[in-house]
Amino acid sequence: MGDVLVFAEHQGGHFPKTTLVAVNAGLEVARKRSGNCLAVIMGEGAENAAAEIAKFGVSKVIVLEDPRLEHHLADAAAQALASLIKSTGAETMLATATAMGKDLMPRLAARLNAPMASEIIAINDDGTFVRPMYAGNALATIELDGPVRVVTVRGTAFDAVKPTETAAPIEKVKAELDPASLKMEFVSFNEIKSDRPQLTEARIVVSGGRGLKSGENFKTVLEPLVDEMGAAMGASRAAVDAGFVPNDLQVGQTGKVVAPELYVAVGISGAIQHLAGMKDSKTIVAINKDEEAPIFSVADYGLVADLFKAVPEMVEAMKKIKH
Amino acid sequence: MKILVPVKRVPDPATTIRVLADGSGIATDNVKWVINPFDEIAIEEALRIKEKQGAGEVILISIGQQTWQEQLRTGLAMGADRAILIRSETPLDTLAIARAIAKVATDEKPGIVMIGKQAIDDDSNQVGQMIAEMLGWPQATFASKVEIAGEKCTVVREADGGLETIAFPLPAVITTDLRLNEPRYASLPGIMKARKKPLAEIAVDSLGVDLAPKLKIKALNAPAKRQAGRKVASVDELVEVLHTEAKVI
Repeated sequence: MGDVLVFAEHQGGHFPKTTLVAVNAGLEVARKRSGNCLAVIMGEGAENAAAEIAKFGVSKVIVLEDPRLEHHLADAAAQALASLIKSTGAETMLATATAMGKDLMPRLAARLNAPMASEIIAINDDGTFVRPMYAGNALATIELDGPVRVVTVRGTAFDAVKPTETAAPIEKVKAELDPASLKMEFVSFNEIKSDRPQLTEARIVVSGGRGLKSGENFKTVLEPLVDEMGAAMGASRAAVDAGFVPNDLQVGQTGKVVAPELYVAVGISGAIQHLAGMKDSKTIVAINKDEEAPIFSVADYGLVADLFKAVPEMVEAMKKIKH
Repeated sequence: MKILVPVKRVPDPATTIRVLADGSGIATDNVKWVINPFDEIAIEEALRIKEKQGAGEVILISIGQQTWQEQLRTGLAMGADRAILIRSETPLDTLAIARAIAKVATDEKPGIVMIGKQAIDDDSNQVGQMIAEMLGWPQATFASKVEIAGEKCTVVREADGGLETIAFPLPAVITTDLRLNEPRYASLPGIMKARKKPLAEIAVDSLGVDLAPKLKIKALNAPAKRQAGRKVASVDELVEVLHTEAKVI
């Protein structure tokens, strides 16, 4: 019996698509290991969130209770999850490779003395996993030895799980913590507020690169197109490096990995590190004045043009299509 | 305060990576080797803390073969005080690497282990968090701002959807993100000085930690290449094909 425990990350009771992806991957691992897939949830609003996630095909939802888990601080979360894995006898701990998953899972793996595979994109029948390395230029088949293993999944590599008719039972478990060893303290969260869709959930992503030349141009030139298309806004590492936009928008090897229906790269040259974060998008459009730019080698449709002319034109053309 | 900075030798990010036909690894014949860019940010941050405090020691640590000395010398040229190379002729998995570094940290007793959030070769993003757990220390991953006041540290972290601020007492592990700083270049006098700075070698087996690999790479394959599409002549044509051909708008 190879049971799977899925870390159900939520934001105050709401589930991002990335969590539904983790549940789907967890169900697949459980099927292939002849085990059950359980979800574990903690933090503020966990009780409501548990009732919600119970409808997505898992066999049980466990709510880990302790006020010290409210902010998902890594030292407390790793302790609580490690105890739970031991008491449930689960074989695989699985989370999505979000910022939180990346923060918590390696610490948990060390506590369990368990090997960990980061950002897997496929689950093989023989128990091995596939994960990208070298900015996606190599795909490694990974074997994890031992009674327990930890895995994070790439949010774009699996579909979101669909709701079922029935709801799984919910069990509340008091978290096992050693308070004296907990030294991390939450101070504040400065949320980047946006009315736009989230990068990892959007159907369309419009990203800007160094070609935009300034943060001001992101606002005045790119944002009208982003909003006209109902898209999420992204950026290349070069644009983040240059201080044009916050890191939260970074698409690429060291930022977010996205795979929307449509990805529009504006003024992005297409370094390997950027391609690693968007090359699985369904349709890719590139607008760049340099016709030799590597971005054109992955684009379905390329437009060699000055973005400062082309982008405003595209806003107008989009308006016509809508009407 | 002592700051221990783990440094990894990786292919230059601008290098085109080619998987060997037999799946045993990547072709290294034309690879230029550099310090992992996120570890460079860690070195820079450690140097800035030392400069601000006016005292302390920045110690680099690496695990690999003799050639890894090159990257340690580069780090010393940036301004680090000394370096430790744990000699291992075979690659180790993340747990074993974290154990080896944690062991050295136990002996050296640094106030901070400052390490890049991920290495750009294997992209695992694990070792810093693992070291923190093994030492029982707080961790601040994906740091974009680090402030130290006495024994207390406050870090602003790059989280999903915003910036999280956490606080904790030292010692601790901090993993560095892109916006934390811009690493300095090694100066010519720095390079000269680096030649004489201490670089100690320790055999990995002498550390007495479990090195048995639990993560095995069974095969390495090249991914399917995405085919280039076509060029369009105008914005109007672009919007037209997206609407009628790709049907995405």
